[in-house]
Amino acid sequence: MKRSGYTNLFVLLMAIIIGDVNGCIFHPHGPMDFAGGTQVVLADYQGSDPTGAPPEVAGAGLVARGEYLARAADCIGCHTTPLGKQFAGGLAFKLPVGTLYSTNITPDKETGIGEWTDNEFVTAMHDGVGRNGTRLYPAFPYSAYTLLTRNDVLAIKAYLFSLKPVHAMPPENDMSFPFNQRYLMRFWNALYNPAQRYQPNIDRAPTWNRGAYLTEALGHCGECHTPRTLLQGLDANKKFEGAMIEGWKAYNMTSDQRSGIGNWSDEQLENYLSTGHAEGRSTAAGPMSLVLNNSLRFLTKDDIRAMAEYLKTVPPLHNQADLAVAQKRVSATPSEARARSPRGPSPNDEDLGLRVFEGACASCHDWDGSGVHSPYADLTGNRTVNDPSGVNMTQVILQGASLQTRQGEMFMPAFGTGYSNTEISAVVNYVTGLFGVSPSTMTPDQVAEQRKKK
Amino acid sequence: MDLDQQLNVVKIGTESVSDGSLSRRTFLKVTAAAGGGLLLSFILPRTIWSKEAAGARAADMFAPNAFIRIGRDGLVTLIMPYVEMGQGTYTSIPMLIAEELEVDLTHVTLEAAPPDERRYANSIFQIQATGGSTSVRAAWEPLRLAGATARTMLVSAAAQTWKVDPTACHAEKGEVIHATSGRRLKYGALVDTVAKLPIPDHVALKAPEDFTLIGTSAKRLDTPDKVNGKAQFSIDVMIPGMKIATVAACPVFGGRLAGVDDGKAKRISGVHQVVLLDNAVAVIADHMWAAKQGLAALDIQWDEGLNATLSSAEIIRQLETALLKPGVIARKDGDVAKAMAGAAMKIEALYQMPFLAHATMEPWSCTVHVRKDGCDVWVGSQVLARAQATVAEVTGLPLEKILVHNQLLGGGFGRRLEVDFITQAVQIAKQVDGPVKVVWTREEDIQHDIYRPYYYDRMVAGLDKGGMPVAWSHRSAGSSIYARWHPPAFKDGLDPDVLEGAAEPPPPYALPNMLVEYVRQEPPGIPTGFWRGVGPTHNVFVVESFIDELATAAKKDPVEYRRALLGASPRAKAVLELAAEKAGWGQPLPAGRGRGVSVQFVFGSYVAQVAEVQVDKNGEVRVTRVVCAVDCGVVVNPDTVKAQMEGGIMFGLAAALFSEITVKNGRVEQSNFNDYRMLRMNEAPAIEVYLVKSGEAPGGIGEPGTSALAPALTNAIFAATGTRIRKLPVNRVELRSAKL
Amino acid sequence: MIARDEASVWRRQPDGEETDMLTLNINGKDCEVNVPEDMPLLWVLRDVLGMTGTKFGCGIAQCGVCTVHVDGQPIRSCIMPVVAVRGKKIMTIEAVGQTPTGANVQKAWLDLEVVQCGYCQSGQIMCAAALLAATPHPNDADIDAAMAGTICRCGTYTRIRAAIKRATQPS
Repeated sequence: MKRSGYTNLFVLLMAIIIGDVNGCIFHPHGPMDFAGGTQVVLADYQGSDPTGAPPEVAGAGLVARGEYLARAADCIGCHTTPLGKQFAGGLAFKLPVGTLYSTNITPDKETGIGEWTDNEFVTAMHDGVGRNGTRLYPAFPYSAYTLLTRNDVLAIKAYLFSLKPVHAMPPENDMSFPFNQRYLMRFWNALYNPAQRYQPNIDRAPTWNRGAYLTEALGHCGECHTPRTLLQGLDANKKFEGAMIEGWKAYNMTSDQRSGIGNWSDEQLENYLSTGHAEGRSTAAGPMSLVLNNSLRFLTKDDIRAMAEYLKTVPPLHNQADLAVAQKRVSATPSEARARSPRGPSPNDEDLGLRVFEGACASCHDWDGSGVHSPYADLTGNRTVNDPSGVNMTQVILQGASLQTRQGEMFMPAFGTGYSNTEISAVVNYVTGLFGVSPSTMTPDQVAEQRKKK
Repeated sequence: MDLDQQLNVVKIGTESVSDGSLSRRTFLKVTAAAGGGLLLSFILPRTIWSKEAAGARAADMFAPNAFIRIGRDGLVTLIMPYVEMGQGTYTSIPMLIAEELEVDLTHVTLEAAPPDERRYANSIFQIQATGGSTSVRAAWEPLRLAGATARTMLVSAAAQTWKVDPTACHAEKGEVIHATSGRRLKYGALVDTVAKLPIPDHVALKAPEDFTLIGTSAKRLDTPDKVNGKAQFSIDVMIPGMKIATVAACPVFGGRLAGVDDGKAKRISGVHQVVLLDNAVAVIADHMWAAKQGLAALDIQWDEGLNATLSSAEIIRQLETALLKPGVIARKDGDVAKAMAGAAMKIEALYQMPFLAHATMEPWSCTVHVRKDGCDVWVGSQVLARAQATVAEVTGLPLEKILVHNQLLGGGFGRRLEVDFITQAVQIAKQVDGPVKVVWTREEDIQHDIYRPYYYDRMVAGLDKGGMPVAWSHRSAGSSIYARWHPPAFKDGLDPDVLEGAAEPPPPYALPNMLVEYVRQEPPGIPTGFWRGVGPTHNVFVVESFIDELATAAKKDPVEYRRALLGASPRAKAVLELAAEKAGWGQPLPAGRGRGVSVQFVFGSYVAQVAEVQVDKNGEVRVTRVVCAVDCGVVVNPDTVKAQMEGGIMFGLAAALFSEITVKNGRVEQSNFNDYRMLRMNEAPAIEVYLVKSGEAPGGIGEPGTSALAPALTNAIFAATGTRIRKLPVNRVELRSAKL
Repeated sequence: MIARDEASVWRRQPDGEETDMLTLNINGKDCEVNVPEDMPLLWVLRDVLGMTGTKFGCGIAQCGVCTVHVDGQPIRSCIMPVVAVRGKKIMTIEAVGQTPTGANVQKAWLDLEVVQCGYCQSGQIMCAAALLAATPHPNDADIDAAMAGTICRCGTYTRIRAAIKRATQPS
């Protein structure tokens, strides 16, 4: 621990020196810079306003608009623990450099934000500076929220202040030196916080601009889908290339045809964003299912369409790890499927994956992988099934999945407690081999590691 | 489990109607049945108190609890207090009566006795219970005696009619026959005459060699309706106007309901009402789906109370500490301290067994209709009279106004010896207009069970130079079920359930110097109860694992070592030898495979099992074969005995391999079959059951299969890997690191 | 994952329309039910139609006691939205004995005394009947694949396996 602490310190100091210089000369990349064209300040933009709540709720009053925006920004996702009260904070963020806890953003005067003024709230959202000048950690995505208009920030505040105050003090952060020195965030900000409001691109359609505002300013999608630099900033050169989050892979969502969403139809992308499921492509699980449950499913159809339009323009980035997916359905009867069963790496456990599958999985997913009761259980063409790392497959088996839809909850139970690491690795390798493009090589030890990342 | 057996551990054969404490006249009465025919009223002993109560009973009054009605159509109806939960009671019990009465089994119909306080649950009996592998044991003599009495009287009546000597007549297939004249009279024609006859002083029971039905694998009577969907379990009850409810109790043990926002729930179509209890919320709806949706839509605030931070680790720590203290002495033979001091070798080991849920396939369900003038309850219970009593308590109605309609049980395993659920259902129904069926979700079932206790045991033995035990010390820490379930049975700090297989009866081995102690340590908040195999699932695992460890220390073969210690117990030795022989004990096995053995004498039956396992390099265990030898005395229905052994083995195997209830933040962490795992068909071993022919009184068969399995399994794992499993369930991660 | 999204083949009623008259074909007979479309078939059978032979065990498709046939395929009715089986042929334990395979299975079950408590056996029999209809002479691996999804707590597995084999023999 000590050695790595010093290493971190060294990296940080070097980065500060370089970054500080850089910061004086260059401005941090804007997230929409890839699009080229001309960006103008909002006041100068002639198209329809890409900011604010959509027309459906525009006339509904400040609190209702704030509620829509707070959902689009997914405030609740980070500021609520699984067993805790909504917005009362306390959710742990385990970072390589320590543990952070989200804050209570209910209007409780002592433990929440009840005493915050408009300006204080706006400063936190735009600049990452809390009350009394405390620097906030960028686990709070102010480098995205900085793009929000002041009106939108204040609408969110109005919504939060309409909630019932919850008296709850989150645990103290536990960060190692030097990361417990909050003033250092100044340098981080210089590197990574664009610190300016959203600037529409006059060479793009208004719907694209709306999509950009939803994706970048509110949705802060890059926080999970863009790899980070050593200093935990988003790597502008790898925008949406995919990254690891809490043991899950946030997949490549660039327009790359093989690794990303370039091959997805508009309908598939829009369905995924609004329901968590795109037939023949993917079903959301893990952190993404929470984004669906807390945020995306509440967005209007037009907003979802705008996001899809924007995402399709993000430049393709190819990564070797994520290959093309197989649109394959194996034969429909158990015995035929079994005859094609991939064999595991060791002769002793070659049938273990099959045994687990026939006991716990086949009832829902069926022997042809098509899903018996629901397309949400369709494994065909699924990115997770086609990911030879088996990472997300392992996580979804360990933790299960749950999506709230208009048709009720779509769920997969969690099997982590009931099944051993060996059984889980065996069934992951079995399923990726049977329904995916190539079998994964998950080992029991890797499953053990995956368990720790929860 | 039937309480008799649990408490005094006196086997039923010695506690029979013929032991002198109870005369035949007070045991049985014969009267005319209402509506014609013959009614035999008699007493089936069922409870632990029957022995001590026998004197009082004889002096006090005749209080029959079982009835045989023979109609003018010759059909025989048996009304009996035991319930069917898969163990075959509904077949075995009628077999006893049919054998002595000389009728076809198909002519005996069975009616479950309602919990009629006046008849079935008078003050002497207190508890009407089925369990503990006791039904056949308890009924063995009285039912045959009742049948024989009726048969003798029918023969007398026929002889009287024909004016011949009764000894010249005999009964056969529902008729009395006068062989010399060839005359015949059907029972139906004789019943009215019999009702007027005195009860004979002497009735001859058939000799075992004359049995034509007992000992045959008669077809189960309850199964045809179970393969076509007609059988009605309590969850299947449909009452006109009935609503359906499901319920959520506070997830933290001992917590209370603080508040509920039911606005959203009440807007769900099909939801009628939200009922609040002290520690739970129920949603009343047209159907289960609406009730479930309604429950999910509630915003519930709990007052989590004292156990909000309780964890398994804390409970285990408390048991560990408790185990350091001397316990209440349950058995003391010879001088252990002296023998230990003189021993050539001292062996010590600690064993742990987890909390377990029952997970009966049928989730709890109870239908209740509370009215001003009475209450009907439809439920599958192992304790009908207790069920009735709790209904009376909650409703404030007198017992006679409460009618409990017993239903088939979709598995019992001890869970339905509790009435917590019935109490709750009635509390809900009290607030509902009309009948309501309360159904628990599987999650509620797993998280609000009454769990098999966590046990922590310390074993110490001293061996002589030859490796044989000269001193044996067993200290057990865990909760007492009886102290809660039936406090009078918890005497002087000892719980008979905790002792069976450890102290009374002791292990079947020659252990001259022996000390058995019990430390009662209750887990905070967590209710504990009986679970298939009860006390012996715990003790047999500990004793048989430890005996195996001693054999290893003595460098002796586990079967040979046991055999050497079983000189005084020929029946135990016989089952051991039979199981070893059939399993091919001693024949070489490939690497990674092993055989393990266990022997036990509990529930009045002798059982030995040999398990054969395969352990791969990742620690995955497959049990390929289990051989089981049983001496349960006279076998009433061999196929039922085999079925019970097979089932018991599967039940024990699921638990030993997979099952563990753990607690975090005062909540049970498991919820359903995804995380409280069951044994599946593709994980089931081949099972062979061999029965020893015996003329001894019948022993129990429902539980012993389960208790014998775990040590046979872990001893086999030791043989395969060299890793000794001292904590259940089997930790497969630990086995991964074992050298293979 | 348990139901179809709105973009799929299941057409949903407009917002706010929670229930609909659905026509179901159960055991060869059409019947109308007025229930929410997402209501699992299990509860329609048990609580609305009073067909209690199909059992509730887990609600998450892990135990198989709720198995019925939809167009001949064994499915877990506890998570099957009723709207998804509209227009399909549903068969339950109450009628499976009217098929030759189902009758064979039931007879084999009784011949070998498979049943103990009986609660799971509706599901076991429906799975076995579907297996034998598709694979008249299954081997042990086929039996595992078809039956491992259905749990029996009484531990009747060895007899179930034997009974399936018995049912393949001409009676």
